[in-house]
Amino acid sequence: MSEFAVEATDIVRTFHDGNFRALDGVTLRVPTGQVFGLLGPNGSGKTTMVRILSTVLSPTSGTAMVNGIDVVKHPGHVRRVIGLAGQFAAVDENLTGFENLRMVSFLNHMEKATAIRRSHELLVDFGLDAFANKQAKTYSGGMRRRLDLAAALVANPPILFLDEPTTGLDPQSRQDLWSIIERLVEGGTTILLTTQYLEEADRLCKQLVVLDHGKIIAEGTSAQLKSQLGNTVLVLTFATTDDAKRANELIAGIPEKPANVDGTVIEATVSNGPAAAADALRRVDAAQITLVGLALREPSLDDVFLSLTGHKADDVDGNVDEAPATGRRAKRREKV
Amino acid sequence: MTTTTTTTSTTARHRSALYWTFSDVRTLANRNLIALFRTPTLVVFAIIQPIMFVLLFRYVFGGAIHITGTTYVNYLIPGILVQTVIFGSVNTAIGLAEDLQKGLIERFKALPMARMAVLGGRTLADMLRSVVVLIIITGVGFLVGFRPDGGFIPYIEACLVMLAFAYSLSWGFAFIGLAAPSAEAAQAMTFPLIFPLVFASVIFVQLSSLPWWLQGFANNQPISQATYAVRGLMLGQAHGNSVWISLAWSVGLIAFLAPLAVNRFRKAA
Repeated sequence: MSEFAVEATDIVRTFHDGNFRALDGVTLRVPTGQVFGLLGPNGSGKTTMVRILSTVLSPTSGTAMVNGIDVVKHPGHVRRVIGLAGQFAAVDENLTGFENLRMVSFLNHMEKATAIRRSHELLVDFGLDAFANKQAKTYSGGMRRRLDLAAALVANPPILFLDEPTTGLDPQSRQDLWSIIERLVEGGTTILLTTQYLEEADRLCKQLVVLDHGKIIAEGTSAQLKSQLGNTVLVLTFATTDDAKRANELIAGIPEKPANVDGTVIEATVSNGPAAAADALRRVDAAQITLVGLALREPSLDDVFLSLTGHKADDVDGNVDEAPATGRRAKRREKV
Repeated sequence: MTTTTTTTSTTARHRSALYWTFSDVRTLANRNLIALFRTPTLVVFAIIQPIMFVLLFRYVFGGAIHITGTTYVNYLIPGILVQTVIFGSVNTAIGLAEDLQKGLIERFKALPMARMAVLGGRTLADMLRSVVVLIIITGVGFLVGFRPDGGFIPYIEACLVMLAFAYSLSWGFAFIGLAAPSAEAAQAMTFPLIFPLVFASVIFVQLSSLPWWLQGFANNQPISQATYAVRGLMLGQAHGNSVWISLAWSVGLIAFLAPLAVNRFRKAA
């Protein structure tokens, strides 16, 4: 097995006769055997990238190798080493869970007996065996996602692409899916996953790239990205918004940039955490303002994203959509 | 989660590519047929509409339409059958648009299956569905007085001619389904294409009853030719070369539409 499961070089993909560049020169290397994150807001080009790597779309220019195989020259070979779980649980609602997996097994060119055995095996693994003979339309969102992921794993692919695997899921289903992903990686699978959730990238991904408007704006481990900020965040919580406002005036000068006041909470980026905390505490205490909470925390990926792009990760730029059919995507989103 | 990562030798590729292409088409046709039979309302609607047309034209408008050479019900039913299989091929557009909307096309495109199987399986399933509808509507026709004189074998030949024609059209609808933004839009887009061709034809009336400026078009357009062929075979009154013209249209349309649909499939995700 090669060192990199995925090597993409200078991938460009345009839509609308070249008028829209969904990907604008993306280069990335995914090391074998880990979870690699593609992080970015809606319209940043994540889905387009996954579709190119999984041979669903062809790139306008650039080269991509998956497991050492060129996706443009030998897409058929690439399809034998990958599994794809797209953005919207792609299950046939009219088929039962078992029938869905059996169909995908057949389409992976398994013999009948193997297909049936493998389908049952996966239903058990994903906790769906009790619902094996129920139509997928009766499944909850979390169950559909698990069935979708099971379908991507039918042929035991060494490389798995997961496009926003937890979008639209409740917290418990999201936890369940995270555990599944972690166990897959322990078993040796390489996973490239896209997400808008910084928490998810932080929890799962060893390395990640941040995409914005089709370009990579940052890459590294999540710790490296956080250290780009180089600072600690001081969080002060007060009983009332008035107290928070007064305190903010008092602590002026401690953070390098003016602090962010949100209701009763002040968040200040500081270079020396403990000293800044002590200083702030003294000033607030001297003015006899009651402090409800004080905390120092590492910057989150949210903070990193904000400082990199100037907008929050969940800001949706309404004018930019990475796929050409805006209406269809909007429709699909409602479905999940 | 214990067995997911154990290596089972899961794939068997010692068979030929052709074997797997047929296997893939069958798998997907089967999937579409299962869906069809689990959604009885779809089947019921597919049958109710042509029955309404039969009753409407047999008992309401039929008295006002004059036909030479046979009874109106004998004239009407072959036309209704042609109309029914053509309307049935619209399902190809709706089904593919739904698959696209739900992300299934994306899934299929990332699988090591035959590329044409998605379209092949869908069009095949839609054709088999038309066979069922044809049998039922034939039965309804007999109930309202349809008595074709052409014999059994020509009747089957007539069915094959119209199924071939509808099948060729379904590749055009496949293109529409893959180009449409949603299933609803796909359905709406097919209507203005199909409506004028079905009604400016010899399905319900004789050519001579149409205004002179419409006759040239109505006589030569492919749906009329298919209707002439089907009616001629069923009633035992051959209408020129219409059988061959209709088959030529089918071959020509498929040669033109299938590459369009396949090309659209390549771009769709």
